[in-house]
Amino acid sequence: MALPVRKFDAVIVGAGGSGLRAALELAQAGLKVAVLSKVFPTRSHTVAAQGGVGASLGNMGEDNWHWHMYDTVKGSDWLGDQDAIEFMCRMAPEVVIELEHFGMPFDRNENGTIYQRPFGGHSQNFGERPVQRSCCAADRTGHAMLHTLYQRNVLARTQFFVEWMALDLVRDADGAVLGVTALEMESGQVVLFQGKATLFATGGAGRIFSSSTNAFINTGDGVGMAARAGIPLEDMEFWQFHPTGVAGAGVLITEGVRGEGGILLNKGGERFMERYAPTMKDLASRDVVSRAMATEIKEGRGAGEHADHILLKLDHLGPEVIAKRLPGIREIAIKFANVDPVKDPIPVVPTCHYQMGGIPTNVRGEVVVPRGSELAVAVPGFYAAGECGCASIHGANRLGTNSLTDLLVMGKSAGQSMAEHIRAHGAAHRDLPKDAGEASVARLARLDGQAAGEDVSAVREEIQRTMQAHCGVFRFPDLLEQGVAKIRALGERVARTAITDKSQVFNTARIEALELDNLYETARATMVSAEARKETRGAHDREDFHARDDANWLKHTLWYREGDRLAYKPVNLKPLTVDTIEPKARVY
Amino acid sequence: MRSRETERLKWRSRRGLLELDILLGRFWAACGEELDEAETQGLARLLAMPDNDLLDLVMGRRECPDPELRPLLQRLKAA
Ligand SMILES: Cc1cc2nc3c(=O)[nH]c(=O)nc-3n(C[C@H](O)[C@H](O)[C@H](O)COP(=O)(O)OP(=O)(O)OC[C@H]3O[C@@H](n4cnc5c(N)ncnc54)[C@H](O)[C@@H]3O)c2cc1C
Repeated sequence: MALPVRKFDAVIVGAGGSGLRAALELAQAGLKVAVLSKVFPTRSHTVAAQGGVGASLGNMGEDNWHWHMYDTVKGSDWLGDQDAIEFMCRMAPEVVIELEHFGMPFDRNENGTIYQRPFGGHSQNFGERPVQRSCCAADRTGHAMLHTLYQRNVLARTQFFVEWMALDLVRDADGAVLGVTALEMESGQVVLFQGKATLFATGGAGRIFSSSTNAFINTGDGVGMAARAGIPLEDMEFWQFHPTGVAGAGVLITEGVRGEGGILLNKGGERFMERYAPTMKDLASRDVVSRAMATEIKEGRGAGEHADHILLKLDHLGPEVIAKRLPGIREIAIKFANVDPVKDPIPVVPTCHYQMGGIPTNVRGEVVVPRGSELAVAVPGFYAAGECGCASIHGANRLGTNSLTDLLVMGKSAGQSMAEHIRAHGAAHRDLPKDAGEASVARLARLDGQAAGEDVSAVREEIQRTMQAHCGVFRFPDLLEQGVAKIRALGERVARTAITDKSQVFNTARIEALELDNLYETARATMVSAEARKETRGAHDREDFHARDDANWLKHTLWYREGDRLAYKPVNLKPLTVDTIEPKARVY
Repeated sequence: MRSRETERLKWRSRRGLLELDILLGRFWAACGEELDEAETQGLARLLAMPDNDLLDLVMGRRECPDPELRPLLQRLKAA
C-alpha cells in the first residue's frame, strides 16, 4: 500500500533553534519549506538554554574570532575540526547581529550595544585572561531565540507540521535522500514528506542516561533514523556531564552551591574530596569532582538504597545564607529531591547534559560519509545541524554557550547549501523507489500486531540504567565491556516492545515505543564507540587509559549500525585561512 | 478507555523544560485520569502557556493572573 506523498522543496525535521534558523534561510529565498516537530516549535528543548550565545562582539573588552577559535579548539581537546571551528567563530558575530535585527531582545549596555556575560573557558589572547563573550536575553535566551525565529518563519510562510513525528529516512538505490516518513499524532496517519533537500535538526539525545538534564523529547530520533538508514554516527562516545544533577530527576544544582561552601559526602558521611583533591577539595574542577563521585559510587560508597548517588550537604551554611546566596536552590531540592537542604543533604549524581557527536557533516551542513578511498562524500539531499549534527565543532567537549552559536551558524549554513542544491536540482522531484516508506509501515505493523511483549518504559529504564552505570562520566574497562554485552542483549527486548493501547489518535504509548527505537541506536553507538576508544580525551574519561593519546587517537570515530562496525577518520587540523592550532596539553 | 482529549493533553505535557516534564508527569500519575470537563479545559489553557511562564506558576514563583485556574494549579503544585 503506497503512502500519501506531500512534496516540498525542503523538508526539515525539528523546530528548535537550528531547524528554525535553516527554515528561515530557505523560506526567505522563496522556497517551499515544511518543518516537522513533535511538539510546538517554541517548546523545543532550546527553550531551556539560559547561559547565552557566544560571539566575539568585543562589546565588553577586546575580543576577536581568533581567540574564540582558540578557546573552542582547546575546549574540544583538539578533536574538533579546525575548519568547522574557524567557520563558526568567524560567523558568530554576524549571526548574532542578524538575530538582533530579527527582533531578539538581547540585554543591552548603556551605549546600546549587546551586553555580554562572562562564562567559563572564554578567554582573551589565547587563554591569558577571561573575557565576556556570552550574549543573553535575561535568563531566557533560548526562549527568546525560539520566539524570534518562529515569528520570522511565520512571516516567511514556512509551513509547520506540529505534532508530527518523523519515523524514517527515505533513500533511493543511489543512496540519495528523498525525504522522511512521518506520523501525524492527531490522526495516526503516516505520510511521506518528499523534499529535494532534507535536514535533520532533531536535537540531542541526553535521555539515553538515567540522569539527564534533557527534557523527555530528547530521544535521539534523528540520530536513530540516520543509523537505520545506513549513515554512520560520529564521535558518539563524547557526552558532556554536569557533576551535580538531582539524583533520579536530573534537574541541575548549580556549581555555585559548592562555591558557597556546600560539601560532597559518601554514604559513610565522609568528605571524600579531601582524598582526591587535598587542596581544592569540593572546589576542584568539574571533571575532577565528577570522576571522584563516579569512583565513590563504583566502589560501593554511594548513598541511598541502591548506593547510586552522592550527598551534597549545605545545612551547615544556615537558612539565611542558603536563601540569600543560593536563591531557588531550596525550592528545587524540595520539589525534585524531596529534601529540605536546610536540614538534609541533596542526593546528586553526575548528569548528562550535551551530546557532542552525531550525524557527520561538513561546514556546509551536508551529511558526509566515507566512500572507497574518499573520507567525506556528501550524501545527496541530506543535511544535519544543531545538537544532532557533528561538523565537528565541539570535538571531545563543548565550550559553554557554543551550542546556541552552532545552531545559528550551522542552521544558516545548512539552509544556504540546501537552497543551492534545490536550485540546481530542477523542477521535478526524484522518483521515489517502489518500496519507499515500507520500513516505517512494517515497524508500525509490528508494534500494532505485537500481542504480548516488552513494556516500553521498563526497557527504556534498563537502557538508561545500563548507560549510566557502564558508560557514565568516568569509564572503567570492565564496566564498558560488560556494558557492550548488555546493550547488545537489550536489542532483542527493544524489538519486542508491545503496547496495549492500539488507538490511532494521540497514542502516546505508540509514540514512546517509536522513540525507544531511536534511543536504543543512540545508546548502542555510544557504548560501542566508548569501549573502543582507549584514551582519555575531553569528556571521554577512562580509568585505564588516563591520558590523551594523540599518536593513536587523534581521530574521529564512525559507528555503523550494521554489525556495530567502527571506522575512523582523521581530525581536520587545518583551518580555512589561519594556521593550525597545534595540539598541546589542555589545562585551565 | 481514556478520552482522546486526555491523551492529547498528556502529549502536550511533554515540554521543553525538564522540570515541567517531571512535575506534569507526577500530576498525571496522581490524578490525571479523573479530570472533569472544566479541569480538562483549564489544563489545556495552562499547557498552551510558554514553558518558563508555566514553570513560574507551578513553582509558586508567581501568582496566576487567572483566578479560575488557581484550584487546578494547586493540584499541580501538590502532586
Ligand atoms: C538545561 C540546559 C541549558 C542549556 N543552556 C545552554 C546555553 O546557555 N547556551 C548554549 O549554547 N547551549 C545551552 N544548552 C544546549 C542547547 O540548549 C542545545 O544544544 C540546543 O538548544 C539544541 O538545539 P537544536 O536546535 O539542536 O534542537 P532542539 O531545540 O532540541 O529541538 C529539536 C527539535 O526536533 C524536533 N524533533 C525531534 N525528533 C523529532 C521527530 N522524530 N519528528 C519530528 N520532530 C522531531 C523536536 O520537536 C524539536 O522541535 C543547554 C542545554 C540544557 C539541557
